[in-house]
Amino acid sequence: MNKFSSNGYLDMELLRFTTAGSVDDGKSTLIGRLLYDSKSIFEDQYEAIRLTSERRGEEYVNLALLTDGLKAEREQGITIDVAYRYFATPKRKFIIADTPGHIQYTRNMVTGASTANLAIILVDARKGVIEQTRRHAFIASLLGIPHMVMCINKMDLVDYDEAVFEQIKKQFQTFASKLNVKDIQFIPISALNGDNVVDKSVNMNWYGGPTLMYLLETIHIGSDLNLVDCRFPVQLVIRPHNNDFHDYRAYAGRIAGGIFKPGDKVMVLPSGFTTHIKSIEGPDGPVKEAFAPMSVSIRLEDELDISRGDMISRENNKPEVSQDIDVMVCWMNAKKLQLNGKYSIKHTTRDARCVIKKIHYKINVNTLHRIQDDKEIGINDIGRISIRTTQPLFFDKYQLNRNTGSVIFIDEATHETLGAGMII
Amino acid sequence: MQSYNLKHIKELEAESLFVIREVVAQFEKPVLLFSGGKDSIVMLHIAYKAFYPAGLPFPLLHIDTGHNFPETLQYRDELVARLKARLVVGSVQESINNGRVAEEIGINASRNVLQTVTLLDAMEEHGFDAAMGGGRRDEEKARAKERFFSHRDEFGQWDPKNQRPELWNLFNGKKYQGEHFRVFPLSNWTEMDVWQYILLENIPMPSLYFSHYRECVNRKGVLLARSEFIKLQKDEKWEKMKIRFRTIGDMSCTGAALSDASSIEEIIEEVAAARQTERGTRADDKRSETAMEDRKREGYF
Ligand SMILES: Nc1nc2c(ncn2[C@@H]2O[C@H](COP(=O)(O)OP(=O)(O)OP(=O)(O)O)[C@@H](O)[C@H]2O)c(=O)[nH]1
Ligand SMILES: [Mg+2]
Repeated sequence: MNKFSSNGYLDMELLRFTTAGSVDDGKSTLIGRLLYDSKSIFEDQYEAIRLTSERRGEEYVNLALLTDGLKAEREQGITIDVAYRYFATPKRKFIIADTPGHIQYTRNMVTGASTANLAIILVDARKGVIEQTRRHAFIASLLGIPHMVMCINKMDLVDYDEAVFEQIKKQFQTFASKLNVKDIQFIPISALNGDNVVDKSVNMNWYGGPTLMYLLETIHIGSDLNLVDCRFPVQLVIRPHNNDFHDYRAYAGRIAGGIFKPGDKVMVLPSGFTTHIKSIEGPDGPVKEAFAPMSVSIRLEDELDISRGDMISRENNKPEVSQDIDVMVCWMNAKKLQLNGKYSIKHTTRDARCVIKKIHYKINVNTLHRIQDDKEIGINDIGRISIRTTQPLFFDKYQLNRNTGSVIFIDEATHETLGAGMII
Repeated sequence: MQSYNLKHIKELEAESLFVIREVVAQFEKPVLLFSGGKDSIVMLHIAYKAFYPAGLPFPLLHIDTGHNFPETLQYRDELVARLKARLVVGSVQESINNGRVAEEIGINASRNVLQTVTLLDAMEEHGFDAAMGGGRRDEEKARAKERFFSHRDEFGQWDPKNQRPELWNLFNGKKYQGEHFRVFPLSNWTEMDVWQYILLENIPMPSLYFSHYRECVNRKGVLLARSEFIKLQKDEKWEKMKIRFRTIGDMSCTGAALSDASSIEEIIEEVAAARQTERGTRADDKRSETAMEDRKREGYF
């Protein structure tokens, strides 16, 4: 079947993945190779990077230029900010976030990884697992990315040696046993030459596993969302001011967890009132059920006072409701996290303020040990804190639900986003 | 068993619905940039669904270069009437008359770059604090770096090296007076997604997207449609060709593509087989390697 015939196309699943790993390990080159070998590059795009590579006197067509699109990135030969790229095969549609390896731009790696279902972690076969590899792998696991694929890259520079692959694999497995990841796979590749990226390598007969592309196309992603705990953060209220819909009132939002159906008994927080769902409007009209991540609007049987930031859930399965919350924070700003400092926060559709009550520990990303004697959380540090919020949040542990377990910290003066928090 | 797996087009739609609603929730005076091209048509279609049965809670802003295809203006006015939308027009001609910008000269003169000033002036005049645009990350390498919520300083500038981190679906739209945001609800859509969605939703499209006969001139591989804005150079001539447009912008810089595609299905087939990007026919991107980034820094769409 033609991969773009509408039936096939509209039926595809979506996989969002991110790259991770240290600077120069070959992430952008790999993405370029994946796009090129899967024939997802247009002639004018290829021609443009060919000319640029030639002008710069590079030996090869530099495939990293497909994602390193900013002037500053091209000048320095590194990735600074996430680039998003898209491609489809007959099986799946992919959204790629190619992120920077440089420690200075960790915030952009976190940005790209926060919405991914899968992380490709690259290692340079000559260097093995280094601190930045561990930091990225740890961040990916904290972000709850369920699948990890470690690509041991630049195998061409180590004579495609199986021993090198096995040694790095072991090195990473030791580290990863302390991480919370369901699924890790290892592939020896050369992003530059395309070995085991889309096509099977002829240089590594000792490797019997799948190519990266095969893995991306087949990895099971169906069950990554929480379909058990019903959570609907109200985004806004729809009240038409026209005569045809006089008493119409619906609560719009994106389902953050679970499955909702008309007739369901629901509880609204913070009020605690219960009522039933009258109807659910999807983008194409009424639906019989709605589940994460659909955007819908919900009408209720009773007129209640509900506004943005409120949460619709079940009476016997509510989120936690509290002003005192423990968070694992990944800090992304040069200004250090201040004990007793006040910050704006965003959590689901709720805005609040918080004060930092306690810094418990910081994490050594190499050993994953807790550092108890240095509690300064600065840029790129990860640590556990306790916060108290101005109003209660309705949350779940991040591990149970990425949507209701995540929070961001915002500077009250500059409005910059300073940190990413995962509720524990 | 029922599968609780949203297919990708519906997931993209759900994401866009969420982003558009978030704009209305977070900003005081948002506006939707409507160019009459397929992306802004799809964005508007989704925006309409986002608030249905209520009307659109924001106006549309069209930056009129004065070099529009007449078909675009007609389509715009019909759509505005059908949706009972409010339309605000920012005129590049007025910006020129007021001395805010100077018309470019030379054979490749275009008003494309001038639009930025008119856009920023219109935002300021009406006090718009967020402008939703139909830009997609797959269009161009600088666009590939955009956030959904893209902060602009008081001069309307984008600082690509210093973008705010954007985590999960928690969009930070906080800003100072005088600053504004550009928001791109279709960030994750590809050209193919847009057409598949148009087919699925049966959205009427401007005739320019379908194959038709038109007089064009071939200027260094770019087919420019005959209009009062294109002056023939030596050795150039108008030729009748069967073409359609893959993107619709200013008449002075939007190139046509030879095509027989006269239905959405045929357009989809053509897009699937295309070996050139849609912007490959845009003269404005060919000015330099970083033409898009440079324009975006200044506050372009
Ligand atoms: N020999 C060899 N060189 C490679 C391979 N993959 C990448 N490289 C080279 O490694 C250098 C860095 O590659 P990039 O793809 O820019 O690395 P990156 O991981 O994206 O770097 P940042 O994004 O800045 O963190 C380039 O010179 C590549 O050509 C490989 O498989 N073999
Ligand atoms: Mg890179």
